[in-house]
This record gives sequence, structure tokens and C-alpha cells, in this order.
Amino acid sequence: MTMVFGIPIQALLGQLLVGLINGSFYALLSLGLAVIFGLLRVINFAHGAQYMLGAFVALLALKWAGVPYWAALVVAPLVVGGLSALIERTMLSRLYQLDHLYGLLFTFGLALAVEGGFRWYFGASGQPYSPPAALNGGVNLGFMFLPIYRGWVVVFSLIICLAVWALIEKTQLGAKLRAATENPTLVQSFGINVPLLLTMTYALGAGLAAIAGVLAAPIYQVSPLMGSNIIIVVFAVVVVGGMGSIMGAIVTGYMLGVAEGLTKVFYPEASNIVIFVIMAIVLILRPAGLFGKEA
Amino acid sequence: MNKLLGGVAAAALMTTAAQAEISDGKVKIGILNDQSGVYADFGGTGSVEAARMAVEDFGGTVLDMPIEIVSADHQNKADIASNIARQWYDTEQVDAVMELTTSSVALAVQALSQEKKKINLVTGAATTDLTGEQCSPYGFHWAYDTHALAVGTGGALVEQGGDSWFFLTADYAFGYSLEENTANIVKERGGSVAGAVKHPLATNDFSSFLLQAQSSGAKVIGLANAGMDTQNAIKQAAEFGITQGGQKMAALLFTLAEVHGLGLQTAQGLTLTESFYWDRTDESREFGNRYKERTGAMPNMIQAGTYSGVLHYLKAIEAAGTDETEAVAAKMHELPVSDLFAENGKVAPNGRMISDVYLMQVKTPEDSTGEWDYYDVLATIPGDDAYMDPAASGCPLVE
Repeated sequence: MTMVFGIPIQALLGQLLVGLINGSFYALLSLGLAVIFGLLRVINFAHGAQYMLGAFVALLALKWAGVPYWAALVVAPLVVGGLSALIERTMLSRLYQLDHLYGLLFTFGLALAVEGGFRWYFGASGQPYSPPAALNGGVNLGFMFLPIYRGWVVVFSLIICLAVWALIEKTQLGAKLRAATENPTLVQSFGINVPLLLTMTYALGAGLAAIAGVLAAPIYQVSPLMGSNIIIVVFAVVVVGGMGSIMGAIVTGYMLGVAEGLTKVFYPEASNIVIFVIMAIVLILRPAGLFGKEA
Repeated sequence: MNKLLGGVAAAALMTTAAQAEISDGKVKIGILNDQSGVYADFGGTGSVEAARMAVEDFGGTVLDMPIEIVSADHQNKADIASNIARQWYDTEQVDAVMELTTSSVALAVQALSQEKKKINLVTGAATTDLTGEQCSPYGFHWAYDTHALAVGTGGALVEQGGDSWFFLTADYAFGYSLEENTANIVKERGGSVAGAVKHPLATNDFSSFLLQAQSSGAKVIGLANAGMDTQNAIKQAAEFGITQGGQKMAALLFTLAEVHGLGLQTAQGLTLTESFYWDRTDESREFGNRYKERTGAMPNMIQAGTYSGVLHYLKAIEAAGTDETEAVAAKMHELPVSDLFAENGKVAPNGRMISDVYLMQVKTPEDSTGEWDYYDVLATIPGDDAYMDPAASGCPLVE
């Protein structure tokens, strides 16, 4: 058997793939954060709660209305995006003129309140959500048994990431958005509704978190705490990628997923800090992040 | 002179006895546990409700004095728990603190209680240290510990042919203790340990660890963790085809609350050890149904154990005729434990309450006839086999 650093190559390939799967979640979540920060300059601490809400919408829609998984992939981001748009319009938008810290504190408080409420109502244990029948089972790749659902997560999240990147970097709408961030007054004078653009952006970011939540529901327990467990890691991903860089967030998400996966083989005890170690090193060498532009 | 002093002491004793001494005119029991975190369903407010039920079933008063239950959330932090317990003892006339989920918390509060000369009774924590080197003359441990879990699940699986093990262990004191206890039992019974991997507490994704366990070729994958970690590991093991591949998952600490959370579809076939199952005797069914009416869920061994612990404490006060710590502790050691939780329980000199534990197998969805019909009781393990011999526990109180 071929060995790499004392680990059979089969096991290593398996871990690389597992890292890629986890990286998909990091990429989707950090993409949403990066979009919101890049265009609104809001550090959205409610992102974990929005991710959790996405999973809960899928779960409750199935329980109460029989909405299947595939529909939930559309319904959950719409519901969570809609709620988030409401919150942005009524509350968050009032904080844009103030220091960034206020947006951070507001979204953090919001996340605590939402998670606390869900924990009170649903308990901490979490509830199961079955994957759709079409994605049940797995395939034997020779070096590992790949659950079909996990393969789907990688493919689907990659498509979403690229679509969002193209939307912002390559379309007319994206160009307006970016312009509105640079100089809102000027863009508004061209007759473009800037506040509406910003609301839509926030809803888009929240919707992305909700999609990640629906994707996560069949893998993890749907629990009020699922978001707070992952959000800190995702922030580190965004910092490593460079605050506000869309492509940076995507690439870094996958990269750090793989780095974490490999750590779990070589030194499992460090697997939950390796991302922060990388973050510290990047901040020392490149304070703007790997893909960030120097401010 | 000596005679005179003796006479004064005797007179003093007689007056106290005559008043049927209850300090502050009431008995106050504090339930301190995790009510909002990862173990909130494991004990949580369910334990508080169970304690209230014990008070009601006892009659609401002891020696004609009222009984009060107070509760607090310690957030799984030993320092917060110690501060709350200290405040309860010093300024709020709490007589005993109970439940104490999480081993670090239980050890801290037990040390504090000994210093303050107050009774503490642990139902929610697992470490055998509570009745080992860190035992207290006023400390009691009910319901389960890592040794009983290891003997129950570990011993049974080795007997069924699961003689090689790989552990997924939570990277903190409780995980180590559970892994070590189980590994010892496995080796004692002729099995072997193929390896172990330590994962951080509150890990979301177990796939890397599960792949390592899978490639080890061990027949049994032992989960030396708790709560959501165990749930996620079991769920993802099914996903990665581990059980279909012939390897068995053994959840070393898993209760009815977590089985309910996971659902029978995923949890079916799992073997686990609990010291209580609501659907075992007429008394336990009656209690389970009353409890479910109040909380919406059936009790697990932590919650039913808390009921039993509170009841035993109140019986001891009644038998002692006072709530004075020394006298009550003596009675708690002396009285047998006989209630719906334990039929033939006894309290060992190190504070360990010894009663039978049960090896359970989680039913398949087809076999389950009702919402909370989850377990088949595979075997009853006598308390003396399940718990560590008090003489070997390392507790200095055992002669």
C-alpha cells in the first residue's frame, strides 16, 4: 500500500474528499458573509442564526405542510431572505451611518435572541431530517464510501457559489450594486433605488445562509445551536480570504475545509483550532487577507 | 466537671430533639444543572420538575415544615456553578444541592459542599471520582457513572462477539474516563482495543473520525462522548455505511432523551445502558405518564434518578428528625433505597448509590408501538456488578 507521511494513500484521499465536503459549507456561508460585508459594510453576526433558520424552515415545512426537500431548497431561502429583508428595512438600515460596531452588536444580539427562543421552544437536542430518497445510499469509490448526499452537497454548493460570483462580478445588476457601495449618492442621482439594492443584498446573503442550512439538515441534527457552532469558523474563513472579497471567500472556504480535514488525520486534537492558526499566520503576513485588496 | 459538662450537653441535646429541628423553618433543595446548553434535554428543567414531583409525592412537608425546590442554570461552567451554590448555602438557606450535570461542575460543587458541611447529591454527572478519591462524607452519587456504563455496554458487547474496539473520545476529562473504564472492561473480558481518536467537544462533522474508525477494522466503534456529539456521530455513521459494513456502534452514554432526538430510524439497533426505563414496571409506567403530562416527554435515568434522590433525602430527614447535615447523611447511608427508580438500592460508604442497571437495545420503527416505546431490555446487570467495589474505589472514607 502506498503511504504518505505514514498514512495510507486511500485514507488520505478519503480525508481530502471529506474536507472538500465540509469546505462546501464554509464556502457557502462565508460567501454570504462576504457579500453582506463587501456591499453593506455590515459584519453580520446573525449569519449562524440565519443558517439555523434555513434548516428549521426545511424541517417545519416538512412536518407541518409536507413540503419536500427539493421545494425546501427554494422555500427556505425565500422565507429567511424575506424575514431578513424586513429586519434590514426596519432596523439594520438605521445603523448604516454609525460605526461598524453597531451593526455587529445589533446582529449579534439578534442571533442570541433568535437562538435562545428556538432553544426554549424546541430544546437543545435537535431533531432529525431525512435526506430525499433520490439521494439516499452511497457509492464505493474504492478508497472510501461516498454518501451520494454528500456528493450532491459539493456539486450544488459549487454551482451556487459560482452563480453568485457571476451575478455580482459579471452582470449589470452586480455592477450597480458595486457602484452603490462606492458612491451611494452618485448612484442614487442616476435614478437607482440604492436602499432597495442594499435590502436585496442583505436578503441574498441571508438566503445563502438558509440554503446552507437546508443542505446541512440531513447531515447534522437540526438544532438551535447548529449555527453558533459554525459561525466563528466561518468568520475566520472570511478573514483569511480577505474581508469583502467574493472569490476569496469561496476559494478559502474549500481550502480551509481541506486543511481541517487533513488535521483530523495527523493531529485530531488540533482540528478545531487549525483554522485559527492559519488565520493568525495570514493576518501577520498579509493583513488584508489572501485575496483582499489593501485598503 | 466532666459530669457537669456532660449534663449540659445532654440537656442541650434534649431541647434540640424536642423541637424536631429544621433550620430556618423549611427544607430547601437546590437543583443546579444545564438548562440551556448541550445537556439541557439530558437533565435540564425535566430534572427540576421531577424534583417537584418527589416533594409532592412525599406530601409537601417534612416534620411539619414546608419543602421548597429552587433551581438554576450553571451553563456547564464549574465557576458559575460554585458561585451559585455558595450563594445558595450562604445567604439563601439552601440545605442540599442536587443533579449537577457535567463532571467538572459536580466535582467543584461537591468540594464546596463538603467545606460548607452541606449535602450534595449528583445524578447528572458521570465521573467515578465523585465516589473515588474526591468522595465526601456528605456527597452522594445516584443513577449512573462511567464504570456502570462501561460494564453495561462494554461487557455485553464483548460477550456478543464484539471483541475489538475503536474509540471516538470527547477530548476532556469525562471522555477519557469513559474510554479508560470501557477499555479496561473490554480487555478484562478478553477483547482488544484497535485504536482511539480524540475529537474536540461539540464537533459538527465526524466523517474524518468515522473513516479512521472504519479503516481500523474494529468490530465495535465505542462513542465515549455525550449529547449532540454522540447524536451526530451515530447519524453520520449510518450515512457512511459503517453499520451496513458490519461494524457496531456503541453509544456509551446515551439516554431516552437523545434517542428521541435522533429518531428510531437512525437510532435503531443501538445498544446502551441506563439505570431506568419508564416502561419496565407498573410504578415506573405510572411515574412516566405523570411526568409526561407535566413536561411533554418521558423521563430518562437522570430525571427519574433526581426524583429518587430528592425522595431519599426527605425520607432521611424524617428518619433523623432533623435537617442537620451530619445526622441526615448518616440516615441516607443507612436507609435502603426502595422506590420506583430502584427496588433494591443501597448507599455505599463512599456515597455511591448501588442499584441495578439495564442493558437496552433501541427498537426498530416497526417494532415500536407508541411514541415513547423505544427500548427492549436485553439484560439486568446487578448493581454490585455494575458499580465499582467501594473498597477499590480509592475513597478514603471506605475502611
